[in-house]
Amino acid sequence: MSHPKPTPVGGKLLTPFFGVLLLFWALGTAAGTVRFLQGLGAASAMNDGYPWGIWIAVDVVVGTALGSGGFAVALLVYILNRGKFHPLVRPALLTSALGYTAGATAIVFDVGRYWNLWKVPLAYNGRYNWTSGLLEVALCVMAYTAVLWVEISPAFLERWKEQPGPLQGLARFALPLVEKAFPVVLAFGVVLPAMHQSTLGSLFLVSVTKLHKLWHTPFLPALFLVSCVGMGYAAVVVESVFSARAFRRPLETRMLSDLAGIMAGLTAVFLGLRLVDIVLRGRLGLAFALDFHALVFWLEVALAAVAAGMLWTSRGTRDAGALLRGAFAVMAAGGLYRVDVYLTAFDPGNGWRYFPSVGEILVTLGIVAVETMVYIYIVRKYPILAGAPAPAGGRA
Amino acid sequence: MFEIATRGHDPATDDAFGRRDFLKVCTLAAAAVGLPASAAEKMAQKASSGAKPALIWLHFQECTGCSESLLRTSAPDVGELILSLVSLDYHETLMAAAGHQAEKTLHDAIARSKGKYICIIEGAIPTKASGAFCKVGGRTAVDIVNETAASAGAIIAIGSCASFGGIPAADPNPTGAQGAPQVLAGKTVVTLPGCPANPYNLLGTALQYATFGTLPALDELGRPKFAYGRVIHEDCPRRAHFDAGRFAQRFGDEGHRQGYCLYKLGCKGPATHANCSLNHFVEVPGAWPIGIGHPCFGCTEQKLAFRAPLHSTVDAKDFPPLTGPGTYPPITAERGGISPLATGLAGLAVGAAAAGGYVASRKISPDGEKKEE
Repeated sequence: MSHPKPTPVGGKLLTPFFGVLLLFWALGTAAGTVRFLQGLGAASAMNDGYPWGIWIAVDVVVGTALGSGGFAVALLVYILNRGKFHPLVRPALLTSALGYTAGATAIVFDVGRYWNLWKVPLAYNGRYNWTSGLLEVALCVMAYTAVLWVEISPAFLERWKEQPGPLQGLARFALPLVEKAFPVVLAFGVVLPAMHQSTLGSLFLVSVTKLHKLWHTPFLPALFLVSCVGMGYAAVVVESVFSARAFRRPLETRMLSDLAGIMAGLTAVFLGLRLVDIVLRGRLGLAFALDFHALVFWLEVALAAVAAGMLWTSRGTRDAGALLRGAFAVMAAGGLYRVDVYLTAFDPGNGWRYFPSVGEILVTLGIVAVETMVYIYIVRKYPILAGAPAPAGGRA
Repeated sequence: MFEIATRGHDPATDDAFGRRDFLKVCTLAAAAVGLPASAAEKMAQKASSGAKPALIWLHFQECTGCSESLLRTSAPDVGELILSLVSLDYHETLMAAAGHQAEKTLHDAIARSKGKYICIIEGAIPTKASGAFCKVGGRTAVDIVNETAASAGAIIAIGSCASFGGIPAADPNPTGAQGAPQVLAGKTVVTLPGCPANPYNLLGTALQYATFGTLPALDELGRPKFAYGRVIHEDCPRRAHFDAGRFAQRFGDEGHRQGYCLYKLGCKGPATHANCSLNHFVEVPGAWPIGIGHPCFGCTEQKLAFRAPLHSTVDAKDFPPLTGPGTYPPITAERGGISPLATGLAGLAVGAAAAGGYVASRKISPDGEKKEE
């Protein structure tokens, strides 16, 4: 493969944009402090009817779907052997590692007894409920987050290997090991997300009476899996275009516009599966019920249809803007679908209501801000993005 | 070693009641009321040396329920108690004497063991109209209690009425009923509130005084800490249901049948200091309000008993969580609300993301790229 080698971007860290991120980090930290000192009730609007709020629905469920870029690109490059997408692997893996780490952080905020979390992987007592979907998600997400950091570790090790210092020895020792183990790690990196991304949908199979009939279907796992792959590619596209702009790197438009076709196809499959399922199971009438749920349903369908259409037409063109809009639409459609299943279309009955509190929103924004700051830091310091370093340093 | 000196209870004629049986009674009594094992032998020694503590038991505005509950004890039973362990010199319900003979007994008892006897007061003391609402032998309750308490070694107020007025002092309190501590202001009065008081709390206090000449540690309301140091809630058999948020919502509902926590039905357990949850009444396991499915009504608390409505709830929020933050379930679960500020913020975030995305994508159009180049 004769691609330009990934190189660090370099440049100064504290830009105005970075300052805005720091502000969000401070606000999120303030809200998070309330949560940890005063408890969940003080900081969040979660209740017994909605024990999962946006920290789960957005940070974990949408966040890890957007973090499926690593999975989706690895699938393309290593499983389907499309080598031309290879330059996308590292940025995608980094985005995924950060996305999953952000999701895991959100779980620490969300779980009441967070100090017991370590017991899930490390204190096996012979009494695990192996038929539990949530256990599978917990173990799988934890394992995959670790796998992602191993997958991206060569980027750090390569850098450390060149610098004299205490890390140099580690890098010299670890890099060959990681490279040797890479096929196995990669296999895990494809199997694990396929497992838990579908299980995120399976979790709601049991909520027959609580989840609205337009959303509840035996196809929930399939829909979650298909949408996560599309959202993963979309995240890669957005991240590539923004990085290219911000760090003044060559735009990988041709490669990305090839992804557009794949995304359009995946979105069409998702939409088709969703609509055919509803029609065949005789639930289409609910979509014309003129109520809130029907409105949200059509918004979802419209977003997905627009996304598929936009991406299909931008396929083969060099219009990065159109590509970006299509990717945003895919992310919005998939994100809305997930939030709907977890919150909007979910009604536990008995008059329970939920809308995220200010604290929850601030923590969510704070986590995203930290994730972005870490991304900026890493691409400036470590070889993630392909191409020559820009002389001016970039804008981000 | 010991001479069993009992009045009307001769071990020689009473079959199979010897020293061994007597020691057994003392041991049972000591164990039942939480005194150390050595107390049993000391108690037996004292009783055999004829130095049995004298008890003078006064009745005023009450229902005799506290005496009744004492009659129900079996370890020691009341017979062993008043015949072997203590010398019950005056008790209007249990004594055979009547009229002038009874009055003479009281005076004799006071004179005989001046400064040593235990004065037990049962019932509230009326103070309005010069105390005319309750008279025994022509004297008012206030006079009797003042005279008897003046030369007593220890004063014990048994039951809620004697401790703080109880039912007779409930609004509008027409007789101006007061508890013994109020009437005997300035004196140390051990209060054993309860409706009725648990007889073992009386035995524990009385036998400790009889054996060691000391009183147990008391709280600021005069209640022995060994019995009133913790609230019902702390040792309640239904506590797990409280912690798990499982409540009976109304009498006879599914939760009530399942034995769930009675807090929402008005249980005063979280605010009531007593040992009912550990030491049930009349030695029948489960025989106490919560045990039979009724909320605790706070009979040992002056602020609650006969004042707070029977089915109103007390504040349980101060109750310390079991293990760290976040594990304490809400008592009244909130059904969730929507804050206008949060909706605004959410709208702003979503709107900013959408607009930002659109503007960014416009900037990165092919024209823009050409300009850059």
